[in-house]
Amino acid sequence: MPRDTGLIERRHLLRGAAALPLSFALGQVHAAGAARIVSLGGALTEVVYLLGARSQLVGTDTTSLFPEAALKTAKVGYMRQLSAEGLLSLKPDAVVGTTEAGPPVVLDQVRSAGVRVELVKADHTWDEVQRKVATVGRVAGREREATALQADLDAQWAAVQKAVAAATRRPRALFILSHSGSPMVAGTGTAADALIRFAGGTNAITQFAGYRPLTAEAMASAAPEVLLNSTQGIEALGGEAAFWQRPELALTPAFRRKALVAMEASHLLGFGPRLPAAVRELHTRMQAITA
Amino acid sequence: MSGLAVVQPFPRRVPGRLSPRAALALGLALVLWAFVWGSTQGAYAITTAQLWQVLLQAVGAVPAPENAPEYLVFVNIRLPRLLMGVAAGAGLGLAGALMQGLFRNPLADPGLIGVSSGAALAAALTIVLGSYFLPDMPRTLGSWSLVITAFGGGLVVTALIYGLAQADGGTRIGLMLLAGVAVNALALAGLGYLNFISTDEQLRNIQMWLLGSLGGARWSAVALVGSLVAVACGLGLALARPLNAIALGEAQAALLGVPVERTKRLAVLVTALAVGAVTAATGIIGFIGLVAPHWVRLVAGPDHRVVLPCSALLGATLVLAADVVARTIVKPAELPLGVLTAFIGVPLFLAMLRQFRSKV
Repeated sequence: MPRDTGLIERRHLLRGAAALPLSFALGQVHAAGAARIVSLGGALTEVVYLLGARSQLVGTDTTSLFPEAALKTAKVGYMRQLSAEGLLSLKPDAVVGTTEAGPPVVLDQVRSAGVRVELVKADHTWDEVQRKVATVGRVAGREREATALQADLDAQWAAVQKAVAAATRRPRALFILSHSGSPMVAGTGTAADALIRFAGGTNAITQFAGYRPLTAEAMASAAPEVLLNSTQGIEALGGEAAFWQRPELALTPAFRRKALVAMEASHLLGFGPRLPAAVRELHTRMQAITA
Repeated sequence: MSGLAVVQPFPRRVPGRLSPRAALALGLALVLWAFVWGSTQGAYAITTAQLWQVLLQAVGAVPAPENAPEYLVFVNIRLPRLLMGVAAGAGLGLAGALMQGLFRNPLADPGLIGVSSGAALAAALTIVLGSYFLPDMPRTLGSWSLVITAFGGGLVVTALIYGLAQADGGTRIGLMLLAGVAVNALALAGLGYLNFISTDEQLRNIQMWLLGSLGGARWSAVALVGSLVAVACGLGLALARPLNAIALGEAQAALLGVPVERTKRLAVLVTALAVGAVTAATGIIGFIGLVAPHWVRLVAGPDHRVVLPCSALLGATLVLAADVVARTIVKPAELPLGVLTAFIGVPLFLAMLRQFRSKV
């Protein structure tokens, strides 16, 4: 599996486009779909682009970082802290988001101004990805393209799951969210926990849910064989060398092999159409680094 | 109270100071200006001509068109937000003036008697543990539950601090100050613990709440907060003369026949009511309560008959102006208001301090 995720992403985007020549060629607005869409959430924005509906996209939130064109759309702020008038100023016909979007009062105000608001439940499952595709397809009036993309994604997902199932080792992995003071690590019920399990690992933390700071001693007793982090997190620390100088890591099995897998945060945890690629990459790298 | 007329510790006219009437007129003009300016500004482009049309439709002079976006945006979103800004600023400004008068301390602010920290603790409790003790709450009701618990939390913590300050059959202001500092620290610790046990989403919600925003202004919330602040203003403005007397010292005020205990109790109650209601609906909007009264005193002198109403007016102006910036500077997103009240107010205040440094 190549490390160049950029290449995978580009190929993936192109393949999605090739499967949908009709819409992609013209980017025309389908009669049944909303002409102006605001997308709240990186994964949903990716789906909008994959369904060839980018001409209908008038705004995105700050978590929409991929594809790069999404950075140039109007930004309505962080999806949990939206502004009603700001959203309406983009004159959308529909707003798509996850159930994490809010505050609810603002979404109510947007609804009361006659804008369709569609929220997808975020529960860290494969089904969440498929629901996102279906919802964007319905809102954008591109059901046919959405069905094709869903089939394509299901095939990718089945292939990844097969590869994961074939591996015999299930490395103990620990996801570190941030490093201020004691490191914040992912317990159960988090997106990172789901990713670790999808990729054929076991979460070294099962004692608590959500993200919590972990003491150095608890880190040692959790005994992770591999540490996961976002590339942004590693950069913030000043690189891999600085990462391994963190005192709490010295007592972990991962430290001996310097077993660290760093992936771009929205790619790793976004629960969008790149999930099969992310899981495959995580699986391959976790297996290789703990071999 | 008739004896009080003799006891005005403040001369009516001082060169370089605004007369009471001029100060009130200036305050009113500023609020009006900020309100009109705020009406014309926003992420959603509404031209002045459209605004006139909307206003005529709103008062019924012209039939309102079905689903005209400008009308919906102005009447359902921008107008309640402006009115909430007036209520919030007036409540915070008035409460700040009351507290500085009561404590006879220029550093006093409404947070001192625990309203803000109590509201914050209750809000965080609701955000983090609400699903346990308020199960199956629909989302719209859920946002009301936050307002109600935050308001209640502010009142409970204020009552606690007020109770701790009772000694020898009266309220000891020094004791109230210390109890306030201690209980505030306790509330902060509780907040810290809730931060620790919260999920990512809850943490983000707590932080945003602590930074304050008028974004949740609905007509129902405006009506509720507006009427509570109006009652608080009515009660608070009546305390101007007693507070003037207390400025000479509690013993002197008592000798002059001022009901000192009743004044203290009312001042605390009014502050809890106004700041509690505002904070419950908007989150914590810092700095207004501290700075508006100072500003008024620099310009118009320390007479509470001027300081109390003008602090309310100036507070409303500051909040309205800061909110215009908050909702337009990064449009279509918005900045937290609490950040801006300090960013805008502090430099202006410092400039004022320099200009009037000989009088401070």
